[in-house]
Amino acid sequence: MIPASSFPKYLGGSPKDGGQRPPSPARRNPLPMIRAACIATVLALPAQADEIWVTNEHDDTISVIDTDTLEVTRTIETGERPRGITFSKDHSVVYICASDSDAVQVMDPVSGEILHDLPSGEDPEQFVLAPDNRHLYIANEDDAITTVVDTETRTVVAQIDVGIEPEGMAISPDGTIAITTSETTNMAHWIDTATQELFANTLVDSRPRHAEFVKDGTELWVSSEIGGTITVFDVATQAEKAKIDFDLPNIHPDRVQPVGFEFTTGDTHAFVALGPSNHLAVVDAETYEVEDYILVGRRVWHMAFDADRARLFTTNGISGDVTVVDVASRKPIKTIKVGRFPWGAAFRPTN
Amino acid sequence: MTWLTALAAIVAREALRFVHQRERFVAALVRPLVWLLVFAAGFRAALGLSIIPPYQTYITYETYIVPGLCGMILLFNGMQSSLSLVYDREMGSMRLLLTAPLPRWWLLLSKLLASTAISILQVYAFLAIAALFDITVAPLGYLTVLPALIVAGLMLGALGLALSSFIKQLENFAGVMNFVIFPMFFLSSALYPLWKMAESSELLHDICAVNPFTHAVELIRFALYTQLAPWSLLWTLLAAALFSALAIWGYDPQRGLTRKRA
Repeated sequence: MIPASSFPKYLGGSPKDGGQRPPSPARRNPLPMIRAACIATVLALPAQADEIWVTNEHDDTISVIDTDTLEVTRTIETGERPRGITFSKDHSVVYICASDSDAVQVMDPVSGEILHDLPSGEDPEQFVLAPDNRHLYIANEDDAITTVVDTETRTVVAQIDVGIEPEGMAISPDGTIAITTSETTNMAHWIDTATQELFANTLVDSRPRHAEFVKDGTELWVSSEIGGTITVFDVATQAEKAKIDFDLPNIHPDRVQPVGFEFTTGDTHAFVALGPSNHLAVVDAETYEVEDYILVGRRVWHMAFDADRARLFTTNGISGDVTVVDVASRKPIKTIKVGRFPWGAAFRPTN
Repeated sequence: MTWLTALAAIVAREALRFVHQRERFVAALVRPLVWLLVFAAGFRAALGLSIIPPYQTYITYETYIVPGLCGMILLFNGMQSSLSLVYDREMGSMRLLLTAPLPRWWLLLSKLLASTAISILQVYAFLAIAALFDITVAPLGYLTVLPALIVAGLMLGALGLALSSFIKQLENFAGVMNFVIFPMFFLSSALYPLWKMAESSELLHDICAVNPFTHAVELIRFALYTQLAPWSLLWTLLAAALFSALAIWGYDPQRGLTRKRA
């Protein structure tokens, strides 16, 4: 709750007449206080439930889902073809990759207004915000470049040549290593963030899409869409540690295309989106064994957890909806209609 | 008092018959389980392209056909109990029963209640086995489905009773299989949702939509997800009343078909 007293004078009247006012304006004229209280209530209302923000690639919009009612509460216009989405660490702004507008847009999540664009290089698809909450590492799909942007000065700090069609982006928890995966070169490129230069390139299976540092940055996971695998690297040596395969009964292996993945509390299990197989896989992060498959909507790409990681929200591109999965029981609870071709998802706490 | 004695006696007899024929219990379970674990497994990926009420999300085919298979148990048991009536008639125990100094409709109703109760036990056994294979419904649904099972069970039991009044010999029961059970089961929403039927044939869809078995299945389906399907409930109740009236009429020695035989 936001206390009514925290609202400035202008809610009660213009500062001009402030000086002329008797000591207790509220008693003589209760209207300003009531107004302030009303506005406080109105502002506090949306703060009752957290939100999941989903980018709709074909609608150029964001659908905002209330995590309590599991309904779409807002639809916000964005630039063209929004894909990657991430909030600043304090959730005061949201960054959106508007791929066909060739920009990363910065939005005020409360009003839904675009504050300004960041220079991003061409066709930004995915990005990651560094732990310093200031530098964005952006994959420029068409240019074979990773662009580093300072969100405060709004300038490009560096552009790093990587493989063809870069997409997956990750940054280590200490901020020293950034990863770009290139979809056509089939590599994970390791960037030293101090020098903004590549220091290693490791081969993965065909069409790597998503990368994530786990277990305090000791492991790197990279998903390969066409290869149908996840490769696990030891970060210290950049050596391959494990490879995870997926085998769904009754579904042709070609349709098993791992893309996005997220980890449960304590990094014990990974939930992996398997694209056109319309399933999520649940992987034990210690044994690298697949434990379960969960049916969701068609062509599932990415996902986001709610505040306590009890529920998972997946973006199902072709069916145009978001499936909510109960993490404990590993069962889908509900599927929510959003815009056309939902792509990315991000969590926004509101209290 | 005698009314309740008669009811208790008929229920006890039906229960005894059930206990003594454990093969029948197993057989009644095997049928839907084969559908669930063999047939549905092959169709696993066939469904799940659209979300229809009462479902909140995409479901596998196994999940879809569970209510239909509950209906199948009730349907087959309704027919089975009518078969046992024909048997009773052939053996002469029917005559003994019908000489009881009570209205015939009460005796028939007792018989109906007894067979429905046993059907419901089998449905719960089936749901428990399905749950073992991780094919579950809403947790509360196991409770809310009970009234739906009673209504559907009474309707299908009444249908069996009505049919049995027209069947003169045990051998004719095969005809019931062919002309009642199969069309009723296949021309319903038990195996495919009605919108899927409409895609291939509007006529088939319309036949399915008036089939009381469809409504029994939909009533069970919604109840399994703690929802009420009012239209299906109405339709099932109407059918139950109609079949019961037909059975009472059929068993009436003054008018019914039994008269010719007596």
